[in-house]
Amino acid sequence: MATRTRSLRPPLLVMIFATVTVVFLAIPLIGLLTKASWSTLWSDLTNPVAVDALKLSLICSLWATGLSLVLGVPLAWVLARTDFPGRNLIRALTVLPMVLPPVVGGVALLLAFGRDGILGRPLYDWFGVQFTFSTAGAVLAETFVAMPFLIITVEAALRSMDTRYEEAAANLGAGRWTTFRRVSLPMIAPSLVAGTALTWARALGEFGATITFAGDIQGRTQTLPLAVYLALQENEHVAVALSLALLAISIVVLVSLRGRWLGAINP
Amino acid sequence: MSLSGDVEVTVGTFEQRLRLDVADGEVVAVLGPNGSGKTTLLRTLAGLQPLSGGRIELDGVVLDDPVAKVLVPPERRPCGMVFQDYLLFPHLTAVANVAFGPRSRGVAKADAMRTAVEWLDRMGLADKAEAKPRQLSGGEAQRVALARALATDPRLLLLDEPMAALDAGIRGSVRHQLRHDLRAFLGSCVMVTHDPLDAAAIADRLFIIEAGRLVQQGTLQEVTSRPRTEYVAQLMGLNLLRGRADGASLVLADGTTLETAGPFAGEMFAVIAPRDIALYLDPPAGSPRNTWSTEVAEVHLLGDRARVLLGAPIRVTAEITAVAIAELGLTEGAPVWASVKATQIDVYRADDH
Repeated sequence: MATRTRSLRPPLLVMIFATVTVVFLAIPLIGLLTKASWSTLWSDLTNPVAVDALKLSLICSLWATGLSLVLGVPLAWVLARTDFPGRNLIRALTVLPMVLPPVVGGVALLLAFGRDGILGRPLYDWFGVQFTFSTAGAVLAETFVAMPFLIITVEAALRSMDTRYEEAAANLGAGRWTTFRRVSLPMIAPSLVAGTALTWARALGEFGATITFAGDIQGRTQTLPLAVYLALQENEHVAVALSLALLAISIVVLVSLRGRWLGAINP
Repeated sequence: MSLSGDVEVTVGTFEQRLRLDVADGEVVAVLGPNGSGKTTLLRTLAGLQPLSGGRIELDGVVLDDPVAKVLVPPERRPCGMVFQDYLLFPHLTAVANVAFGPRSRGVAKADAMRTAVEWLDRMGLADKAEAKPRQLSGGEAQRVALARALATDPRLLLLDEPMAALDAGIRGSVRHQLRHDLRAFLGSCVMVTHDPLDAAAIADRLFIIEAGRLVQQGTLQEVTSRPRTEYVAQLMGLNLLRGRADGASLVLADGTTLETAGPFAGEMFAVIAPRDIALYLDPPAGSPRNTWSTEVAEVHLLGDRARVLLGAPIRVTAEITAVAIAELGLTEGAPVWASVKATQIDVYRADDH
């Protein structure tokens, strides 16, 4: 017997707007592809500036992702599982970097961790640690901007998790740390992976806070987005080549996520 | 006494206050309507809900005593629990679920796994060791959950509605199996249920609570023959009436009088089995002392029997054959005569336990 499905034909107006949206999103990518100078692509991507930017971007974004995991997951747990005065204030604080213009974030970081910053000055005077114009500064800027994505995703997952599983673990003799490690974390694994990927993608694309706070030094703080912006003013085809590299990385992440993890959240 | 519980707990506006003692090897079934505090009671025993007053002792060790400021956390209580819906960890295999308890209590991984395999074997589930919970049937999941609870060698076993998640078709065999497994358990066992069949098949004693208070306890026989609340009577399928006795007459709250095999005096309960109430289309002649005219409120067919709910003046349920329903032409609203013999009304005191 043939299966009959009711065809869902959207209203005309909806169709028009949906089409406009697709065109709007696709045109810039098409522009990127058509403007690319394919013959010089390889040499553009292998020149020292590009290689340095690519390497630095990977290193900084991975560090930022790691830091976000180590610092963000515990905070997500505290926000999801405990109740204390000022919790909503802290939650607002963690989301702030998402809504703040990254340049403002960079200025704020400069005032806190710069050479004359409230924390930066003692750090420099006592330990000789300097974040500005250093790779550590780029990592710091990326972490500041990207970590909220992880906190929000993990907190939401912990909230929607059935806490009776944690009670079952306690009943079986597991302390709070064991319960967290062997029950809570594995049970929110899909969200944890999705949040990690989002965080990494955000860190990889970070521009404003990095250039404001860490500066723009090749091999030290000049990540891919910074290199793209600078190349655009000198030779456009290098900028396009670097943009294509970023685009390729993003597509790989999106495709692998959709198949394996986003599906697990919304079956 | 193995478990000695003097439970006082307040959760929001709900207040529970009762005393529960369970001997070694004894299985107590806690029954009660929804919201009566059955699960809350289990949670206090497991340490998931602290007491607000009273004291819980297991084998002479204090687990919870707010006055003495003693509260043993759940992970350090020798107490296994089978949760409602079982709550098997979905990311772990059956054997890893069972090994979770011993491992959390410091047993080396290899030894914990060996213990877990033994438990699954004992439950007849050795071939399901590597299965994930979603691959198990309801009955299998229940037995893995039981193995997981028993693998920690608890002194107190708590079962929260162990049958509720099962299909009606397999309940009978799972119930039989559970009784068999619990017989081998030497500690105290408390099982929450709302099904008197489970309680009757598995438990040594019934403990019935309503609104956080104990209303009645005893063996199935004791509770069935002397129900003390409407809920208990309904659970056992009996009609319960309350009134003031004066000699052989029992005057109900609305003034209706029943003739009993008295003499009695004072506040009394009267129990009438539904099958002892006879129904007629015309006023019956002859021996029954209690005969009244009423109308049919509801009719429920149960196989070849039918339960007929009667309207005012005495709202009781009569049980007759399905054939009789057809013969008498009984439908909702139909006028009918009811009668019951004085000797078939069981009367006992209402004002003491």
